[in-house]
Amino acid sequence: MSTSNAVVQALVPAGPPEPEARESRESGEAVYSDWPQEPVAREIRLAPDRYRNALGKYKVDRSAACASCGRCTEACQYGVHSKPEGYAFVLRPADNFCIGPACADTAESCVAQCPHQALTVRPNPSAQAMGDPRWSSDLILSTWHEASTGRPAPPHLEGRTGASGGGFDSLRFKFEVPGFEARPSLPPGTEIDTGLDLNHRGDGRPQIHIDLPVYGGGMSFGSVSIHTILGKARAAVAWNTFTCTGEGGYHDRLRPYDDHVITQVATGLFGVREDTIQRVRIVEFKYAQGAKPGLGGHLLGDKNTPAVARMREAVAGNALFSPFPFHSVYSVEDHKKHVDWIKEVNPHCLVSVKVSTPTDVDMVAVGSYYAGAHIIHLDGSYGGTGAAPDIAKKNIAMPIEYAVPKVHKFLVAEGIRDKVTLIASGGIRTAYDALKTIALGADGVVVGTVEMVALGCVRCACCESGRGCPRGIASTDPELMMQMSLDWASQRLINLNFAWREEMADALARLGMTSIRELRGRTDLLCYLSDDPVSPAEVTL
Amino acid sequence: MPDRYHIHTVAAPAWFHRVGKFANVDWREDCSRCSNCVKLRCLYDVYRHESAFNRDPLAEGATLDECKACLSCVQGCTKGLLDVSVNPEYLDMGGEYWTPAVILTTWNQADNGRIPVSGAGYRGRFHGPGFDSIWTDMSEIVRPTRDGIHGREYISTSVDIGPKPLRLEFTPDGRMLTPPLRLLEIQLPVILDMPAWKEQGARLAGARIAAAMELKTLAVVRAGEAVQALPRQLPSVVPIVAAEDIANCQDILEGARMAQVKDGPDVVALAGKLRAINDELMIAVRLPLSPAAAERILALNREGLKVFQLCAGQQGCEKLGNGRRGRHIKDALREVHGRLVTAGLRDEITLIVSGGIALAEHMAKAIICGADLVAVDTALLVALGCRVCRDAHPRDAQGEAQCGLGELCPAETDSVDRDYATQRMVNLMGAWHSQLIEVLGAMGIREVRRLRGEVGRAIFMEDIEKEAFGDICRVPRSQVSA
Repeated sequence: MSTSNAVVQALVPAGPPEPEARESRESGEAVYSDWPQEPVAREIRLAPDRYRNALGKYKVDRSAACASCGRCTEACQYGVHSKPEGYAFVLRPADNFCIGPACADTAESCVAQCPHQALTVRPNPSAQAMGDPRWSSDLILSTWHEASTGRPAPPHLEGRTGASGGGFDSLRFKFEVPGFEARPSLPPGTEIDTGLDLNHRGDGRPQIHIDLPVYGGGMSFGSVSIHTILGKARAAVAWNTFTCTGEGGYHDRLRPYDDHVITQVATGLFGVREDTIQRVRIVEFKYAQGAKPGLGGHLLGDKNTPAVARMREAVAGNALFSPFPFHSVYSVEDHKKHVDWIKEVNPHCLVSVKVSTPTDVDMVAVGSYYAGAHIIHLDGSYGGTGAAPDIAKKNIAMPIEYAVPKVHKFLVAEGIRDKVTLIASGGIRTAYDALKTIALGADGVVVGTVEMVALGCVRCACCESGRGCPRGIASTDPELMMQMSLDWASQRLINLNFAWREEMADALARLGMTSIRELRGRTDLLCYLSDDPVSPAEVTL
Repeated sequence: MPDRYHIHTVAAPAWFHRVGKFANVDWREDCSRCSNCVKLRCLYDVYRHESAFNRDPLAEGATLDECKACLSCVQGCTKGLLDVSVNPEYLDMGGEYWTPAVILTTWNQADNGRIPVSGAGYRGRFHGPGFDSIWTDMSEIVRPTRDGIHGREYISTSVDIGPKPLRLEFTPDGRMLTPPLRLLEIQLPVILDMPAWKEQGARLAGARIAAAMELKTLAVVRAGEAVQALPRQLPSVVPIVAAEDIANCQDILEGARMAQVKDGPDVVALAGKLRAINDELMIAVRLPLSPAAAERILALNREGLKVFQLCAGQQGCEKLGNGRRGRHIKDALREVHGRLVTAGLRDEITLIVSGGIALAEHMAKAIICGADLVAVDTALLVALGCRVCRDAHPRDAQGEAQCGLGELCPAETDSVDRDYATQRMVNLMGAWHSQLIEVLGAMGIREVRRLRGEVGRAIFMEDIEKEAFGDICRVPRSQVSA
C-alpha cells in the first residue's frame, strides 16, 4: 500500500455500521453506542521495537578479531548473540537484551567466553543521553521492555522509580526497604482482583467496572496521531478499561470502541455534540490540566490540518485556542449546571470532573462531588503529554503526590470518601507509581506519558516543533505518523497493561491483599526516604 | 484608553558559539555509504546544517549542536553505527545554580523573545533548594480574570517605586496635608542591574541603558558609565553614586529619576547631598541581603530612606562574608517582609531584591516572598553568551568568581555590539514578561502589585510535605541506596 493511500484510509471513517449489528447492540437497559463494537483480544504477543536498532542499556561491540566460532551464542542466555543455521557469520549483537556486567563472572558471559577477546560491553551512550530525572533512561527502557514482552522489566533496569529525588521517587513500600518486617504474603496462585467500580454515588445510574485501576488520559486528535488514539482505544477494549478523546473532538474511527471511550467536554468545546455525549458511558469535564494549570490550550496552526479542523469544526491552518476557564462557569453552582446538563443529555453516563491541583484542591473536590460528579480526576502538575510552557509545567500547582493525600483526607473528614471515585494523573510512570498513588488515597490512576513511551517516545520534548513528533506518535504529519502501525501500537499498550497487572498483583500478594481496593489510603504501608537525619522514633519498623 | 504595555521582540540570533546539549556522534569505521542514510532523513536536517556530510569520516566525533536527541538516526542506521551522547562541553557550563539547562534556556529566550515551550511533561528534579521548593498557585473555577492569558483582559506588570501612603490627610477646610505622591512607575517588576562579579566595558552599560529605555524600566550603572547616556535616556538610568562622584554627575543626577547609594556610615548624609541636587530624585540604598538586613532597613527608614535593594549572592543566598552563604532569598526575604508588615511600614518601603534571579519563575517567586520588584544581573550576561564559568576565575571576598578584563569570554562584553546586546536583553525580558503573565493568569491575578508577599498563593515544599507525607514514617535514603 502506498503511503498516501494508507493515510487516506487512516483518516476516513470506516463507513456506516451494518443495520443488523446495530440492532443486536440494543439489549439491556442502558444503550449507548449504536455502532457495532469491535472486540480486541487480551493476549500477550511480542511487539518488538519498531526501529532497526533497538536501544539497550549496554552496547556490545564485536571487533574484527571475531572468528565467528559461535561460542558467544552458546554462552549468552539472553539472546544477544545469534548465528542462524546456514550462516557463516555471527549476527550483529542484539545488545538491547544485554544485562551488562551482572553476568561478568558467570559462564553466561560472552566477553569471558570469547576465545578471541573480540567482545566488549560498555554502557550505551545513546541510552545515557536519553531521559531525564523524572523519566530516567532505565525507566524508558523498562517501559519499552514491558510493552514489547508483556512482562515486568528485568532486574538490570530500574523500572520502579526515576531519579527525581522526591515524590514517588522518595516513597517506597516497606517491603522494598531492608529492615522492615515482612507482612504475611498470599500463597502463590491466589487470585488478585485489580478491578475497580467507578460509580459510588448510588444514584441509580449504571455501575461501570474496569479490570485495571488504570485508564488512558485525554489526548486529542491533532496533538497525537490517529494510530496513537486508536491504539489506546483498542488496548482499553482488551483490558475492559477506558481511553479519553481529549478535547479535539470525537474521531469517527473511534466509533467501534465507543463503550470504552470517555468523551471530553473542555473549554474550547471542539467537536462536542449531543450525539458524542450520548454514545459513551463516561463524560469528562476538563476544567484544567496538569501540564498547564490555569492556562488555556493552544493548537498551533501547522497542526490544524484539514482533518483536524473538520473534527474540531474549525478553519484549517488557524491556531486554535482553548480558553481558560469555562466561560460559562463562575461558581460551584454554575459547575452543577454543567454536570446536570450532561446528565440530562445522557441519562446513563457517569460524569467525571478533571481538575488541576491548586492549594484549595480539596475544596474543589468536595464542590465537584456536591455538584454531582461520579469521578473526581486530579491532574497533577508534573504530567501532561502535550506541549506546554516550561514555567507552567515546573512551577504552577502542586505535584499529584501531594494532592492525593490532601484530597483523600478531606473527603474522609467530610464523610463522602466512599461516595465518589478519586482518580489521579500527572506523572504516573510505573505500576509502582500507580500503587503508591492508591496507597496515598486514590482509587485509580490515569496515564498518558507512559503510553507514549510504550509507543517509542524517547522524551525528546519536540512534540510541538515543526512537523511534530519525530517518532510519529504525537504528529498528524502523514509521513511521520505512518512510522507506526495500528496493530503494533495496540499490542504494545496491551502488553504494557499485562506487565502492570503482573506487578500490581505481585505487590498486592506481598502485602497480603486480594484486592486493589484494600490498598486505598494505606499510607502505613509506605515509607519516605529522607535526606535529612531521621531519629529512631520516626522509623516504625 | 492608554496603550497596552508590549515588548517588541525581534529575532537576534546568537553571535557566539552555542553549545548544544547533544553534540557527539560516534563514528565507527565501517560505514557502507548506503543510499538509505539516516542523516539525509533527519527531521531537523541537523547533519546538513552542520556540514557533517563533508567531514572527515575518520575523525572521532562530530558536534551536532542543534541535535534534539530523537535518536531516530541512531535507531535507524542500516549498520547501527551512530551514537548520540551528551556533550561534555555542555555539562561543563555553569554550576549547580546556573546549570547548563538554565544557560541554554536563557540563550534561547534571548534569541527570539519566545517563552520556552516543550512537550512530554516536566523533566527536572522533583524539588530542590531555594526557589525550586516553591510552587505557585492556580485558580480552578472561581477567578477574577475571565479570559486568562489569551483573552482581552489586560494583566498589568507595572510596579511603583517609592513610599505609598496608607491614607490621605486633609485639614478641616479640605486642604491636603499629605505631601504630593512621588512614585516612580516602571512597566516591568525588573530593573537591569550590573553583574556583580564582572568588570565590564562601557558598551555593556550602554546596551543596558538602551534596553531599559525600550522596556520602560531602569538600568543600574556605575556613575562613570552613566556619562555616556543621552539626555533622553537619563530617566532610565540609575547611577550608583559615591561621594566622590557627585561633582562629575551633576547633569546625570538632574536628569535621572532614581539613584543608588551603597550602604555605609555616611549613607544618610550622601542621600541628603543627592536630594540637594534633585529633590525629586528617588534614592535607593544598596545593601547586602543578610540576617541584619531587616534591622538596617528599619533604621534607615527612620532617617527617611524608603527604597532598598537587597543584594544576595550569585546563587540567591545571604552573603555572610568570607564566601559563606546564608539563607536563600526565599527565607531571608520573607523574614524582612514580615518584619516590615509587623511594623506597619510595608507600603512605605520598596524592596528590590537581586542576586540569583536566573529565570522568569524566580522573579515571580521573589515577589511572592515579599519583594516589590527584582533586579536582574547575571542573566543579562548569559543572554550574551556568558557561561558563568565557575572555576576558571579567581574569587573575591564574597566567594564570587571574578572575570578579568582581557580574558577570552564568549560574551565579549568588552567589544559587544551595542544594538545586538540591547536586542538580546530586550528579548530575554520579553520572554520573562510573557512568563510572568502566564503565572499571574493561572492565579487569576490581574496585576503584579497584588502578588507581593502573597505567600498564600504559593505552595512551600516544607509545608506541603508535612501535610501530605507527615503520617508516613521516614527512613534515611542511605538505607535503600546501600
